[in-house]
Amino acid sequence: MRGKDTMDKRLDLSRFISRDNNILQLLVITALIFALMSWLEPNKFLRYYNFESISFIFPELGIVAIAMMLAMLTGGIDLSVIGIANLAGILAGVFFTRIYPGDPSAGMAGEIARVAAGVMLALGVGLIAGTLNGLLIAKGRITPILATLGTGQMFTGLCMVLTGGPAIVGFPAYWGLIGNGKLFGIAVPLLLFLAVAVLIAVMLTKTPFGLNLFLIGTNPRAAVFAGLKTERMVLWSYMLSGTLAALAGIVLSGRTNAAKSDYGNSYLLQAVLICVLGGTNPAGGRGTVLGIAIAVIALMLLASGFQMMRFSNHLIDFIWGGFLLLVMVLNAFRNRE
Amino acid sequence: MAEPLIELRGVTKRFPGMTALDAIDFRIAPAEILCLAGENGSGKSTLIKIVSGVYAYDEGELLIDGAPVSGFSPRAAIAAGVQVIYQDFSLFPSLTVAENLAMGRLLSENRRLVAPAECQRLGAEALARLDVTMDLDARVGSLSTADRQIVAIARALMSRTRLLIMDEPTTALTGREVERLFAIVREIKAKGIAVLFVSHKMREMLEISERICVFRNGRKVEEGPTAEFTEGRITRAMTGQDIGQERYVWSGDIAAEPRLSVRALGVGERVHDVSFDLRAGEIVGLSGLLGSGRTELALALFGMEPGHRGEVRMDGAPLKLETVQQAVEAGIAYVPEDRLSEGLFMTQSIARNMVASAIDRVTHGPFLSDGEATALAERTVADMRIATTDVDKQVGKLSGGNQQRVIIGRWLLTGPRVLILNGPTVGVDIGSKAEIHRRIRDLAVKDGLAVLMISDDVPELLQNCNRILLMHRGAIEADLDPRGLEEDDIHTRLKTLR
Amino acid sequence: MDRLKTLLRRSETAVFVIVVLIMVLIGAINPAFWQADNLFNLLRANVIIGIMALSVLTVMISGGIDVSFPAFAAAAMYLTVLAMEATGYQGVVLPFIGATLIGLVCGLFNAVFISTFRMIPLIVTLGSASVVRGLLLGLVGTSIVNIDRMPPALIAFGRSSLDIGGAKLSAMVFVYLGLAVLVWLFLTRTMTGRSIFAYGDDAESAKRVGFNTRRTVYVAYGLAGALAGFAGLLHSSMIWLANPRDFVGYELDVIAAVVLGGASIFGGRGSVLGTVLGVFLLVLIKNSLIIMRIDNTWQGVVVGCVIVLATALTAWRDRKAAA
Repeated sequence: MRGKDTMDKRLDLSRFISRDNNILQLLVITALIFALMSWLEPNKFLRYYNFESISFIFPELGIVAIAMMLAMLTGGIDLSVIGIANLAGILAGVFFTRIYPGDPSAGMAGEIARVAAGVMLALGVGLIAGTLNGLLIAKGRITPILATLGTGQMFTGLCMVLTGGPAIVGFPAYWGLIGNGKLFGIAVPLLLFLAVAVLIAVMLTKTPFGLNLFLIGTNPRAAVFAGLKTERMVLWSYMLSGTLAALAGIVLSGRTNAAKSDYGNSYLLQAVLICVLGGTNPAGGRGTVLGIAIAVIALMLLASGFQMMRFSNHLIDFIWGGFLLLVMVLNAFRNRE
Repeated sequence: MAEPLIELRGVTKRFPGMTALDAIDFRIAPAEILCLAGENGSGKSTLIKIVSGVYAYDEGELLIDGAPVSGFSPRAAIAAGVQVIYQDFSLFPSLTVAENLAMGRLLSENRRLVAPAECQRLGAEALARLDVTMDLDARVGSLSTADRQIVAIARALMSRTRLLIMDEPTTALTGREVERLFAIVREIKAKGIAVLFVSHKMREMLEISERICVFRNGRKVEEGPTAEFTEGRITRAMTGQDIGQERYVWSGDIAAEPRLSVRALGVGERVHDVSFDLRAGEIVGLSGLLGSGRTELALALFGMEPGHRGEVRMDGAPLKLETVQQAVEAGIAYVPEDRLSEGLFMTQSIARNMVASAIDRVTHGPFLSDGEATALAERTVADMRIATTDVDKQVGKLSGGNQQRVIIGRWLLTGPRVLILNGPTVGVDIGSKAEIHRRIRDLAVKDGLAVLMISDDVPELLQNCNRILLMHRGAIEADLDPRGLEEDDIHTRLKTLR
Repeated sequence: MDRLKTLLRRSETAVFVIVVLIMVLIGAINPAFWQADNLFNLLRANVIIGIMALSVLTVMISGGIDVSFPAFAAAAMYLTVLAMEATGYQGVVLPFIGATLIGLVCGLFNAVFISTFRMIPLIVTLGSASVVRGLLLGLVGTSIVNIDRMPPALIAFGRSSLDIGGAKLSAMVFVYLGLAVLVWLFLTRTMTGRSIFAYGDDAESAKRVGFNTRRTVYVAYGLAGALAGFAGLLHSSMIWLANPRDFVGYELDVIAAVVLGGASIFGGRGSVLGTVLGVFLLVLIKNSLIIMRIDNTWQGVVVGCVIVLATALTAWRDRKAAA
């Protein structure tokens, strides 16, 4: 009997490690990248300025990756996130420049109200776009790949229609604060990302909705037989994904003070890469926000290091692609054992 | 007896942690129809895989035409004339009948090109051999299950086949299709080909086979000419125990308001005008051949056939059963047929599998309570006597019987008033089976649950049900009182339904 | 009678009917549509998307999806043109073989990951597209080879045409149709071609019956890459310049066309005829937007709608068939 007990304990321990294996592995990768870059470019990499600029740039990508993960949890994918982000930014831009131009006499309160209206508009667009995806996937039973490929093209197309090609500029100053400002000495985008990450993490691990998504992603058929409201849950997850994508669009257009139909094109690949690296199973049922957060930081450290070494953006794209394939190969090996 | 076509002498096959086959002697003669009977895990699938060269054995000898063979491989098995038809038929729905038939031949000849005319010719020949006609240009995806099976048989017979192995061939067939299959099998035998049937359906074994081999726990426990067997003997040999003498007795009030009352229920073309009552504490069996509409009936009661006809009342109050949620709300629980694809979330924990249908019970305000979920799961684990100490363990790591108990336990957490079980002990070992039966009877007696038990397993129904409904072509044909009935009586009834 | 019924139920028939209806409609609005010049231009616009659609079709039949072919096409085109420029080579046969081989190698690269590591095709091809495009732009260069630097032989080849009733029909249309026939023969008349269908239906059964499924995957993705490489070079010879950033976003048009043609992302289903019709329909829709003077910025929206509608219809039809 005692032998059995100790064996159970050992099993417990090994299970604990394997469960958090991915997080551990990620932390090691991040530390390695950090050490490597500090060693290669100690003067540039280890400066406060470098980390500060990373804290402004990575949140938009992190939010997109969380949006992507939400779709992946139920075994889907959201290829329209970039389209939604740009559409949200552009519509806000159209709103600020053509529909509700700034009125100097309105004062600070008026400006803040205007920006708030713009934020609501952008988030609303994301919600509507996400609802469209969700309806097509949950009610129309279209494969997520094709549904979001199609809607993504529709959203990007609408961006083209609205802008005619060139970027929209002329966002209000307070809008810029969302992407460039600091609060208590911390980058506003970083604060936004942290808020989103905590919110989504709590939602996934502590609410019925999160549990529903994990169960549906593990076995959608069994979910129906267990009486789960699968259609509604999948719809909600894409609505949330769309809204988050729009938030990323707000941050992006705030940071660059512009919105364009082809911004952030490489984000799609990076978002998928971050999900996979962060331990999200693209077939559904597994994924953590913590994994995403660490993965996005690891990639950003890597990218900033490469930029300091004067790698071109193209070569960095190459590295992203190669990294994605490598991580998948490693996962394949690990699953084989 | 003629010289055996294939013979195994003292063959043993071990897997890590278990002996799948233990010193088996086995033989099949040319043109013999042999039935291999046994429960899941008895070793019959391992035997098929050894005879078809998929598995290598650890000890013993394999002889073909009396000569020992070494290094038996799938290729060697095919060369020796062994063909296996698996349950899924291994056909290609987007290719035509002719192509599906011709593909094996073309592959074995290492062809590079496919000529439609040749496919047609080969396909026509193959079908002619079975004396059936079919549209050779039809895509296999558009055929019925029975027709697909015929294509699979025709394909298997295209090479110089001497032994045809069929794995549970009647599972997906309706009564009349089974007759057609048996006619074809006799035709095959007449050509001098041996047929090995793997089945757990007693009546069919008795009807088609000449000899029966029964396996249990990796051993051959009975063997002999079919004439020497009765269904009871096969069952005893398969399960190693007599069917419990102690049958379920219901002592409720027949005049009381029924728990569930079904009137004129219909689903499309598949279920017509079904009416029956289910009272608290009753365990009512539901049997019938595949395609009889029994699963559709259960799904309609579980809200999965929106747009069904008729009326269902719970304790006298009419129910709306258009969604699963409505059914669950009304207190109807359904343990599905296919545990793996319809029941379990394999990579999730036991606790999560347990609370899946009762998430509301462990939710406070907007939040889940992990502690409560664990406590609830632990209580159910103890209650269902599931062999685990840790509810955070993946459910996939449990045995079939324990997994089934997780699903039953899941439904008990919803406080059900009617429990529908579809194949409650399929693929469950004997010990677990008895435990599950005991628990179900307990639930009926102590908690006054009304149970509808759908099963092919006649002894199971006889032992546990106080009434047995037989379904045929979408309608209820008989409402039997099992008292005084024996297995053979039920089988006779089922037989007349063909 | 049954034959007629099955003919009517085929998705190719539906696409064909839609094509005819749209043509009649546009012709009624603007009779200039029926002029040989316009029709020939329309056909010419089918060529590149069409060849790429054949590439995606092969992959979709095997049950996969490919978003890497635009990058492969760009790489094959740019590398070949640079090599021709550097060596001053004057022929066209060798360059096309070269471009096809570059595409083939890239396609096999996909196959390694998909077959050996059983990775999800969408994610593999997203990654490989980024790898190939990144290497091309990062190591080889970003400058456009324009008309004065383009090898004359390529330009001449791309210009070759047939004079039919005073209007010029690009010979490339025949190259495309020839390839379509070859791919059709391959898919329907060779064992390997049939094995792609079988693999898309059920990989496990294909293995059990005796197909070499590993080879099937390599052939499907290899062929897809080769076709993309060929299409890439053909494209530059038709527009007289080679831009390494070209073909961005082509995956959408091409996948839309293939889905329109009745292929299923779940594998096993799809035909060359359907794909050719699907490509024609897509090009026709985009072309008619121009004729109807709709701003060309709307094209993206329309293509997106086409993908969504086509897949929604297929999903609906499958569900009806299953019921």
